[in-house]
Amino acid sequence: MSELQDVVVVGGGLAGFRFAQSLRDAGYDGRVTIVSDEEHLPYDRPPLSKQLLAGTYTEEQCALPGDAPDVSWVLGRRAERLDRERRVVVLDDGTEVGYDGLLIATGRRARPWPGEMPSSGVHTLRDLADTAAFRSSIGPGAKVVIVGAGFIGCEVAATLRKEGVDVTVVDVSEHPMPVMGPEVGARAARLHEAQGVRFRLGRGVAGFEGEDRVTGVRLEDGELLEASVVLVAVGSVPNSEWFADAGLSMDRDVVVCDATCTVLDADGQPVAGIVAAGDIAAWPHHHGEGAVCIEHWSNARDMADLAARNLLLPVGERAEMAAMASVPTFWSDQYNVKIKSAGFLRAADSWTIVEEDVEKPSLLAEGRRDGELVGAIAFNMNRSIIGYQRQLVAP
Amino acid sequence: MKITVDTNLCEVHGDCVVVAPDFFDIGEDDEVVQVLDAEPGEEHRATVVQAAKMCPVAAIRIEG
Repeated sequence: MSELQDVVVVGGGLAGFRFAQSLRDAGYDGRVTIVSDEEHLPYDRPPLSKQLLAGTYTEEQCALPGDAPDVSWVLGRRAERLDRERRVVVLDDGTEVGYDGLLIATGRRARPWPGEMPSSGVHTLRDLADTAAFRSSIGPGAKVVIVGAGFIGCEVAATLRKEGVDVTVVDVSEHPMPVMGPEVGARAARLHEAQGVRFRLGRGVAGFEGEDRVTGVRLEDGELLEASVVLVAVGSVPNSEWFADAGLSMDRDVVVCDATCTVLDADGQPVAGIVAAGDIAAWPHHHGEGAVCIEHWSNARDMADLAARNLLLPVGERAEMAAMASVPTFWSDQYNVKIKSAGFLRAADSWTIVEEDVEKPSLLAEGRRDGELVGAIAFNMNRSIIGYQRQLVAP
Repeated sequence: MKITVDTNLCEVHGDCVVVAPDFFDIGEDDEVVQVLDAEPGEEHRATVVQAAKMCPVAAIRIEG
């Protein structure tokens, strides 16, 4: 049985919640403390750009699935520092929380717009309050410009178009959701255009017009897009400042783990008693170059479950730790299309459409690197994608 | 042990099919998962519990 008595989780998202559930499922009966800088108990983020934005879910319906684990909650407090020598996490009010086992799960925040902005009307979308603020800013006749054609940008575009809101999406990339490659991206663009979304692709944003309130978005080629509301959806940045000087191995501002979700120190050695999960962490996927950070819901779930089981193993049984065998997957609902993927898509150097029905619409695409299958994408082909999930399990 | 699926919640993610293909399946056009065997033997409990745990929307209930 576990030697631990005082497990601390920093981060109150999916990873922290699942990790605590998994500790309890595994029979751990010591103390669990979850520290979160949000005032809410952990909730599910995928509905924020879809059902919650559309108003078909309430905030309560965004609760994470499963019973809340038996834990002590420290809400509305941010971790400021990790002291590995003394095994404490220092919070923003000076409180020190001691641990004998630690999960790093602080996730990411929306990447802020790097330039100047009007004082209102420009939004990002990452938490419940963001969705509420963005939603309430969209009045009758609103003209919405979305900067960033990634998954959040495209999901928001789809949600708003269903209500007839005027939407323009801008991105420097030539295709929406560029991780899916140009062939699928071109089809995704047509899907949105058929629903009335205007794209400005391959074009950068020079800045925003308006002082108190945004009135437009100026593109680098001079075009001015009229806007009453702007959503900046240009990716995310890791919440890793609090452990940046703790001597852990870091890559692109996330902590690097081995395949067991145990964090590595600056010399690349595993740190006993500290694990990480979700999109604050990178792990060595067989199709990545080195450790990779996978910003998907399923990755947070799978890392959290594995990290909990591995953390509970007594020191003498470390060799029995299981390794991540999780296949990266994501889903995205846009209009009547359910987009799903399997595999590490960023590894692909070419994409082939292997099946397509434009009327339905449905689509199946395979991504390869040097001829080897590394990923698949499906539109409305929920059965086919499962075969790829099986096929892409680590050898 | 009895498996039920809340069809209002199910979004055909398919994680249950990956974990427990003997008990769950989805067709290409299905809008909810099919339960192939709603009353599996006790020896399958671990597999079915894991399938329920993997569901992103907690649509699978196991009674008994």
